[in-house]
Amino acid sequence: MKLYDFLVPPGQTAARRGPHDRIVMSSRVRLARNLNSSAFPGWAKKNDRVKIFETVRPAVAALPEMQDSFSEAMDNLGPLDKQILVERHLISREHAAKGSGSGLVLNRTETFCVMINEEDHLRMQALLPGLQLRQAWTAIDNFDSALEKKLNYAFDSELGYLTACPTNLGTGIRVSAMLHLPGLVLGEQINPIIQSVNKLGLAVRGLYGEGTEALGNVFQVSNQMTLGENEEAIVERLEKVLSQVIEHEENARLTLIEKKPKTVYNHIGRAYGILANAHSISSKETMNLLSLLRLGLDLEMFPGADRSAVDELFLITQPAHLQKQLSDKLSAEERDLVRADMVRDHLKNFGRPVIKSPPPPAAN
Amino acid sequence: MQCSICKEKPATVHLTQIVGDKMQKLDLCEDCAKAKGVNDPAGFALADLMLGLGAAQEIEQSAGGAELKCPHCGFTQADFKKSGRLGCPDCYKTFAEGLGVLLKTMHKGTRHVGKSPASLRLNREHTDRLKSLQNKLAQAVASENFEEAARLRDEIKQVSDRPGERPAQPKNLAR
Repeated sequence: MKLYDFLVPPGQTAARRGPHDRIVMSSRVRLARNLNSSAFPGWAKKNDRVKIFETVRPAVAALPEMQDSFSEAMDNLGPLDKQILVERHLISREHAAKGSGSGLVLNRTETFCVMINEEDHLRMQALLPGLQLRQAWTAIDNFDSALEKKLNYAFDSELGYLTACPTNLGTGIRVSAMLHLPGLVLGEQINPIIQSVNKLGLAVRGLYGEGTEALGNVFQVSNQMTLGENEEAIVERLEKVLSQVIEHEENARLTLIEKKPKTVYNHIGRAYGILANAHSISSKETMNLLSLLRLGLDLEMFPGADRSAVDELFLITQPAHLQKQLSDKLSAEERDLVRADMVRDHLKNFGRPVIKSPPPPAAN
Repeated sequence: MQCSICKEKPATVHLTQIVGDKMQKLDLCEDCAKAKGVNDPAGFALADLMLGLGAAQEIEQSAGGAELKCPHCGFTQADFKKSGRLGCPDCYKTFAEGLGVLLKTMHKGTRHVGKSPASLRLNREHTDRLKSLQNKLAQAVASENFEEAARLRDEIKQVSDRPGERPAQPKNLAR
């Protein structure tokens, strides 16, 4: 089966709901595991990598969670398919660059995805909408426990799960959440927040993880330390910090509306104006303006419209998704034209932004 | 004593630094000390020199040179310096000494706490239990409590005859 036919249609992905999804777009827990007595993927010879892939792939695909899954070697996927997986946060950009000896196994609902021979032999993730870190941890914990019965993991009683990079050693866990923080960005409070989150030993990254910019005001927060602290404690720490960040974002929005309502309405009104009327627009600008539209929805400026419409646009206007739906022969300039057409079309049923008039002053 | 940088001239400058509970020593000859700016004690920060050497070199030093090579996969010190990744699970043993310092700076602790594979968990609990019984036995013998010693001896025999047969614990408590 072709990858794009297997994937959940963008409209459905965007319609998934989870707790606190106004601000928390998704929660993810990823575990790094390696096979005992085999060289790590970065050092293993190609033949060995292929052997490892052939051992790991059937073991993963046989798990009950992976019933009716999509499983493929990276060399059988085209560049567009790989990029689509990146845009959906199912594989890393590093993994997209891999060829033979690497691969992935993905379940129907895209909640479980395993990268084989990325930096480690196994990188398995559970991905859920909204704030569901605990649920994601339980899901991937069970997944991993079932898998360890079939594969011999590299494990040391002192150092824990052994990983290619010492930064993942121990639990091999990366707990992360993707946050939409337009209030903190507009209120110019984002930098101090990032700094204090960093001080707590957590990393803040852009939309596509390491070394990427925060397009569309989307930030990823994740743990950095993996040794000397157990999984539950890490999940709990993330939860605590995230609830603080959520509170700060809500407060920032309230303050903005109270203190600088015109600035907020101006930003959102202009974003709507451009998106609903442009005839050429880049993917970066689209994402940044859609973020403002999403903020407008949260502020009830678009009555009757659904947030999933914006989230769907956020996904389908990204380069690979766009090319998959239309044609992969488009130049960047041509893509900007069809992207604008697509956005205008989707916003046809989106009314103009309305501003809830303040309550009339009490008659004297 | 030879200079630890040029490994030729005799060391006349001796530096000691304590990081956490680990002591690091650096012995330099006069020339190397000058080259590293150690001649001015007031303007010199030992930490800068030590940390400035970089983690990979630190491993190199404590492990005795760049020739260190993993016997299992052939990965060398230089490879680690280049990529920041290790070659295979065994590399953690090969490069253990230098990695200790590195792990301390990047993680909360240097000992794993958290999940472990179920098969190992049973083994570990079993050995832990035997060990604790044997300690108790030694204590009982030392204090001439022979009745208790006899009971413990029987229990040890029972436990070692049936490895892994422990009252099953709920999974989350076993962590």
